Amino acid sequence: MPLLEVSQLKKSFQAPDGTTCTVIDMPRFTLEERSQVALQGESGLGKTTFLHLIAGILKPDSGRISFAGQELTALDEPRRDRVRAMSLGYIFQTFNLLPAFTALENVLLGMAFGPGADRQLARSLLDRVGLGVRLAHYPRQLSTGQQQRVAVARALANRPKLVLADEPTGNLDSASAREALKLIRDTCAENGAALLLVSHDREVLAQFENVVALADLNRVAAPAASAP
Amino acid sequence: MTLGQIVFKSLRQHALSTAVTAGSIALAAGLLMAVWAVKAQSQQTFTQVTGGFDAVLGARSSKLQLVLNAVFHLEASPANIASEDFEAIRKHPAVAFAVPIAMGDNFRGYRIVGTTPDMFAVEYAPGRRLTPLKPGRLFDPTLREAVVGSFAARKLGLKPGSKFHPYHGLNFREEEEEEHEHEDEYVVVGVLEPSNTPADRVIWIPLEGLQTMSGHAAEKASEISAVLVKLRSPAIGAAMDQQYNKQDDRLTFAWPIGKTMADLLDKIGWFDRILALVAALVAVVAAGSVLASIYNSMNERRRQIALLRALGARRRTVAATVVFEAVAIALIGVALGFVVYLAILTAAARVIRAQTGVVLEALSWHPVLIWAPLVLVGLSAVAGLVPAIKAYRTEVAEHLAPAH
Repeated sequence: MPLLEVSQLKKSFQAPDGTTCTVIDMPRFTLEERSQVALQGESGLGKTTFLHLIAGILKPDSGRISFAGQELTALDEPRRDRVRAMSLGYIFQTFNLLPAFTALENVLLGMAFGPGADRQLARSLLDRVGLGVRLAHYPRQLSTGQQQRVAVARALANRPKLVLADEPTGNLDSASAREALKLIRDTCAENGAALLLVSHDREVLAQFENVVALADLNRVAAPAASAP
Repeated sequence: MTLGQIVFKSLRQHALSTAVTAGSIALAAGLLMAVWAVKAQSQQTFTQVTGGFDAVLGARSSKLQLVLNAVFHLEASPANIASEDFEAIRKHPAVAFAVPIAMGDNFRGYRIVGTTPDMFAVEYAPGRRLTPLKPGRLFDPTLREAVVGSFAARKLGLKPGSKFHPYHGLNFREEEEEEHEHEDEYVVVGVLEPSNTPADRVIWIPLEGLQTMSGHAAEKASEISAVLVKLRSPAIGAAMDQQYNKQDDRLTFAWPIGKTMADLLDKIGWFDRILALVAALVAVVAAGSVLASIYNSMNERRRQIALLRALGARRRTVAATVVFEAVAIALIGVALGFVVYLAILTAAARVIRAQTGVVLEALSWHPVLIWAPLVLVGLSAVAGLVPAIKAYRTEVAEHLAPAH
């Protein structure tokens, strides 16, 4: 049974001019446990919207999302929040570290709403991403690459079954991007988490054995420029 | 990482607005508590100051003027009464004892009161009499000797052996010092133990000494300013009130002393109410400042809220952090408010003591010390609900998008 199973998923938004703009119309998508899949697509094709739907941040207009045996689309918002807190990791393009929190505290935040704070695990994750000596550093005291490593450690902090990565190397130079990508893939594999990464960067996509074009999955032809 | 830590981080992140807002809460809490405590303590204390007497007999005037003059040593004496009036009330079967007082002089603004040694035999509070500190003694009624209230002694630097010349009149003007100085010289023979009553601000000398002071009219030498009266039974006061106030237009019998003061406090109750209203408005404004400070930072916080939600925080959790933050600011504020309260009450107590001799206790218990902080914390929590609702409604997807 797949870890993630999507069927007949649809999501539309109201455009500023009042028209309805469909962003996702996906008949089927599956992801196996511990697998690593790159989803390729240009900007505006709804990659982020798709990840938000999987994460339960957005509710689809119709269709099913089944994750780890649970039908997410049948859950109310607090239960979807719980699934996210317990079983999902999220890596953002802009890292989204909280500036008032140290590296260690940012990682602890990744556990705060799920399994609860485990300082030892947080330390070991930061150690694993090479920041064992930067625990007390604030994001402003870290380089861009180091900030992304903290974000990777945070995404794994709740021992997720699935890590969603949204253009995780978009803000990094190519050397740092390669390094970050390897780190993400390695740590996900080490922690037994599946990885679903979305990117439009060919260099990133080239490193994945399993690359799926969003355009092949999504029946929405035109770029959804007004979608969030 | 707990909600408390998230709130603490946010408070630190917005340290300046936290400090300013907590400061306004502190002022509100301090003001609110001080206004209520001063009001309550003043009412309690001023209505209990009787000097151990039930009534005052004096020349026809208002009861309030008599009490303020004879018990609180504040007002001018309405007029003098004849010694026969004193003798008559002293011998009245309903009177346990009566003590005459005469006034009209001061020393550097502190009132000089002539009386008999009986004044020092009266218990002004259960088991407490006006007693000289060692080394010191009461004055000899036949000599030019004085005993000084503790506050007056401290302010004037008087101690046993000190000598002074009384000034004529109840008010002291430095520029007219020489022309109003009496020739008579008095020696301080004792300083009284602090009584926390108006007696602490008085210089006591023998009655006859004041009556026959050089420069005073000889024909008035036997007159006195008032008589302090202790009744055998308080219930008899009503009959004496009838006797003196309704059947005679020469004299006024102010009874009971406590009620006269309570009537005064009732009359000036509007002032208390205005102060209370101002304090309440300050409290509302302070709670409003909590709302404004958090609400104004909501745009900046939305990305953080969206992130917390993306990490699995529920809507009600992020809303709760905002309310907790408002409560935390209020708690810091009310903690500082106790410092403000102590400062205001200490200053007010100092002024009241200097003006009346009555002592207010800054550290004494009053329910306002509980309910005012609770009201402020409650108001702040309610104020925090407005930004909390904004936090609750924050849409994650909208605010997680990279800033362009």
